[in-house]
Order: sequence, then structure tokens, then C-alpha cells
Amino acid sequence: MKRIVYREWRIPPQRYWSILGVLAAVVGVGALAFGYMEHQGHWVTGMNNSVVWGTPHVFAVFLIISASGALNIASIGTVFHKPIYKPLGRLSGLLAVALLMGGLLVLVTDLGRPERLIVAMTHYNFSSIFAWNIFLYTGFMAIVIAYLWTMADRQGGPFNRSVGILALVWRLALTTGTGSIFGFIVARQAFDAAILAPMFVAMSFAYGLAVFILVLMFAFDDEGRPIGPRMLRRLKNLLALFVAIVLYFTLIYHLTNLYVAENDALESWLLLKGGIYTFLFWVGWVLIGGLVPLGILYHPQLSQDRRWIAGACALVIVGGLATMYVIIIGSQAFPIQMFPGRTVLESGFFDGVNGQAAPYWPTIPEILLGLGGVGVGLLITVVGVRVLQFLPESLADDVVPIDEETLDESGSAPKPA
Amino acid sequence: MGKATEMNDKTDRTDQAIDSGRREFIGVAAGVGAAMVAPGVILHAVAATPRSQPVSSDVRWGLLVDTAKCADGCSACVEACNEENGLNLQTKPERESDLKWDAQKSVWIRKVKLQDNQTGRITNLPMMCQHCEHPPCVDVCPTGASFKRADGIVMVDRHLCIGCRYCMMACPYKARSFIHDELQGQLTAVPRGKGCVESCNLCVHRRDYGEASTACVDACAAEGHHAIVFGDLKDPNSPINQKLRELPSRQIREDLELNTGVRYSGV
Repeated sequence: MKRIVYREWRIPPQRYWSILGVLAAVVGVGALAFGYMEHQGHWVTGMNNSVVWGTPHVFAVFLIISASGALNIASIGTVFHKPIYKPLGRLSGLLAVALLMGGLLVLVTDLGRPERLIVAMTHYNFSSIFAWNIFLYTGFMAIVIAYLWTMADRQGGPFNRSVGILALVWRLALTTGTGSIFGFIVARQAFDAAILAPMFVAMSFAYGLAVFILVLMFAFDDEGRPIGPRMLRRLKNLLALFVAIVLYFTLIYHLTNLYVAENDALESWLLLKGGIYTFLFWVGWVLIGGLVPLGILYHPQLSQDRRWIAGACALVIVGGLATMYVIIIGSQAFPIQMFPGRTVLESGFFDGVNGQAAPYWPTIPEILLGLGGVGVGLLITVVGVRVLQFLPESLADDVVPIDEETLDESGSAPKPA
Repeated sequence: MGKATEMNDKTDRTDQAIDSGRREFIGVAAGVGAAMVAPGVILHAVAATPRSQPVSSDVRWGLLVDTAKCADGCSACVEACNEENGLNLQTKPERESDLKWDAQKSVWIRKVKLQDNQTGRITNLPMMCQHCEHPPCVDVCPTGASFKRADGIVMVDRHLCIGCRYCMMACPYKARSFIHDELQGQLTAVPRGKGCVESCNLCVHRRDYGEASTACVDACAAEGHHAIVFGDLKDPNSPINQKLRELPSRQIREDLELNTGVRYSGV
């Protein structure tokens, strides 16, 4: 094992600036979409009084939970003493902050009155999970920045583990909070389940790691820095485990609903008759986001090939977006059951006439706004790795630390990476 | 007393004679000022008598809907509400499809027609904000814009609403609307604004002027149906309480234990 050396990302300027240019264009188009929606009003989106949160929220929530998931790698290194992950800690922290920024920007720019953000920062209703989340999100950024400092600065070293533990606890609280935004909603059948909070934590593990692996592979391949098979095997096995946990939570969520008679209508709609939502559930959530990547990552040959591993990561991300679409939009599209045992024949407000789902179809500005958030996350990452020493020079097998650390004589952990 | 002040006192006494012209001017100015301000103060005090009093929790406003009297095909309550609150001033954006606009325009009260799955019995009823005692929309609002008045009315402070729509996610009655489009022309009594959430407020402007009922109740009565009764749920002698004693009634989504201010009979 050699000393880990971190270096700025040194791809040729031409290539760097073109990557930056593309990302800036994506962010710019997102900004234009925001301006359009803000100026015209939300009627230009597909969102309506039945489906009040749409595609922007799909992207925003995906980015926010991926952010906390991306921090996992750093936590495994510092908190759980797995030295092999320590060289990845800095990138993990950077991605966490960057993705959270992207997600929050989408959330904020979708508000009906984004100019009143200051109101949200000066008036708090502490029974609202949104209000808690304002603190969870800002606190997360501050803690992760401090965490990065303890990783990168000699003076911060002694605080590395304690800040790492705080960051781990905080990120669990954050994702629990994000899941609870939906889990605490008693009004809608598909929400109103405590399991949503841990399920969101599991999803954050999977999505965050998938984004992390892709960014890592891209950055390393582009500059010709090596990633050894040992490191890659670790990461892909971890991803497979997280994907399996998501599938487990999905199974339990639906089994619970299927057992209870009052949720029969919801389940038969979502699993069989829900059109786009049924399709996205089975094909997007279960197949593309779950079974297929699981198959690849545990396949004896395919899992050795880094292109297949990258493909599996991409599938997890696509499946993750489909999952968010089903959870956030599908759950609103299914009509609220105000009159059990009765069929709504007519309604002046889309109350699920004859069991019909509420209308929603994403519009281009919504999608562009969401992609703008992704662009912001990646832009921050690209600038970060270029100007600061986030990336280790090599992750080759002979460079990365051994899998299990050896305790020194005092029985405490060795010094942080 | 400081040295400087002492010195000033001395100079005042010795050097300056009393300036009577200045005193007169100040006196006249004070008189004119008082004469100008006084009527305003008095008028304000007179006009404000009913409205300046804080909303009291001695009352709790509510509605009782007798579905047996709610007529199929009648939408008098909906039209009256739209007129009362300026919702009829909403116009569909030019490039918007009818179907999409139907899903996006503001609706504070709507008619719903139900059929019992077992018996086939048809029921008509109006749905609106149920003015819960424990409103989920108030719980989830991050800024406190969604609030409940002391007299039980649940409404939105349009200055605090940031348009996050979390209240709409949380409302078990789908009672709230988001203003999706720029507004042209609105009523002084019912200020509205693009990007904010709104819902039935039991004609709160009428409450503040001490009027007896709501637009929907009046319209229903004018049609001769008398299907909706408005009143104070805390006053044992109010018409709504007398009616509640007489008819079996329930809350929609009773299992949520929200103790709604709107009750239904025959559902």
C-alpha cells in the first residue's frame, strides 16, 4: 500500500471547457425553463390541482436522496473503518453537496412564489416536515463542508471521525425527513406509510452510489487514472446489495398494502391497471432499476467488465427516476377515497369519476427544469475536482489500502485519509 | 446635571428674551394639526367597531349539508361561490386546452354525485374545505401561511404562502386550488394572487362584517332547496345545532378524527 496522493483533474483544457460548456448550457436551459414557468404561471406545466407535484419534484427528490447516498462512501471509510473507501471520501463529500444543491434549486424554482424564499427562511411552522427539512438541508451542507475540511486539511484530521459520525447521523435524518414528507401524508393512501422513510434511505444508498460510481469512472477514465479491479469489485458488490435492499422494501410495502382490503383498489390500479404508472412500476422500478442491474452485478462474467458495471449504474439511475415518478406522481394520480363503498359518478373537480386517475402529463419546461438541477450538481462537481484535490491519483490494486484496517497498539483507528 | 447644560441655562436666562411670536406659531400649528387628525381618528374608531375586535373562539363556524335536499343537476352553490369570490373572473389562457384548464382552474366548492356500490342509491352533495379542527394543511405548511382562525375557519395567508403546494398534498378532501395563471381583475374583499394556494374560507369577509350566512347557503335557499345550513357549532341554540340534533350526520373521512366543521347528513 502506498501513500494516497490527491491531484486536481487534469484533462486537456479544451476537453474540460467543452464539458463545462455543455453543463452550463444544460443549466442555462433549466434557468430559461424556470423563467418561463415563473413568468407564465404554472399553467404551462402539466401540474394541476389534482397532481400538484410533478416532474420537477421527481428530479428534485431524486437528487436530494442521491446526495445523502453519495456521502455513504465517505461514511464507510471514516465511521465504519474500511480503509479501502478512504481515498474516495473527498469525492463522496463533494458529490453530496453538489447533488443537494442541484435538487434544492429545482425544488425552490418550482415554487409558486419563488421570490418569497425569504419568507420560508423567516417564518417557520415547526409541525411541518418541510420546515425541519430546511434545517436538515442547510445543516447537511455545512456539516459535509466541515467533513471535507477534516479529510483534506492536516489541522482538521483529528476531528475527522467525529464529524464523520455527525454527518452519517445527519444524512440518515435528512433522508428520513425526505421520505417522511410523503410518509406522513395521511390524506393519500399510497403515502401514509412509515415504511417510506426507511425505503427512501435504502433508495438513497442505491442511487447515490450509482451516481458516485459513474462520476468516478468517467473522471478516472477521461484522464487515464487507474481504478483497480479490487476497488471496482467492492463498489459493484455494494451497489448490488443496496439495489436488493430497495427491492426488499418495495416488496414489503406492496405486501402490506395487498393484505389490507381498503388498499385493494390502489394495488390493483398500480400493479395492473394504472397505464403509465403500472408500466413505470414494473419496467422502470422493478426491472430496469432492480432486477436487471442485480443480474449484471452478480453475473460471473458481465460483472467483471467495467462497461457493464457502468451500464448497471445507469440503469439504477433510470430506474430510480421511474421509481420517483411512480411514488410522487402515481400516488397523487390515484383518486383520494373520500367515499368508501361508493362510486363517484360526476364531479366538478376530478374526484376519480368511475375510479379514473387524475390527469398528468409532463411538459418540456418541467423536464428541462429538472435536468437543469442535474446540470447544477454535475457543474459543481466538475469545477470542484478541477480546482481542488478531490480525486486520488490512482485507485490501482497496489495503491489502495488493504480491505480491513489493522488497529494500532492503542486500539484506536489510524489517522484519517 | 452636566457642566455644559449649566452653561446653556445661564446663557438662555441672560441673553434671550421670550419670543412670543414663536410660541403663537407653535400653538396655532398644534391646533391646526389636531383639527386635521382628529376626525380621522374618530371616524376610524367608529368604522372599526365590528372589525377591530379579534376573532373569538367563542364561536365555531360550520356547515351542515342535508344531502337528501341537494338536487341532482343543480349547481347554484358553485355558481354563487364563484361569483362571491371572483372565481368567475378566471379566464383560460389562450393556448390552453379545455381539459387541462378544467384541471388547473380554481375550484372552492364542487358538486359530487355518488352511487352506493351495494344498493345503487344516488347521493348528491357539495364538497369544499371541511374546516377541520385539526387541519393537516396547517400542520404541513412550512411558513404557517395555512392557518386556522379562532372561530374555526381554515384559510391561507396570501402574504406568507410560497406556493409549495404541500397543503394540497396533505388535504384529505382535495379542497384546495393553486392559482396557475396571472389574474385579471379581482374583488377587493377577496384578494387572490398567482402562485398561491386558496380554498373555501366560509366567506370570511362576510364573517368580518357580521353577515348571517355564506354565498352557497344563500344560493341554495334561493333555489328553494335549503340543503346547506350555516352557523355557530358552539351555540346550542343556533339553527345548525338544532338541525344537527334532529338529523343523523357524519363527517367525511371520519376515521381521520379531524373533527370537521362541515357535516353531512345522508351519506
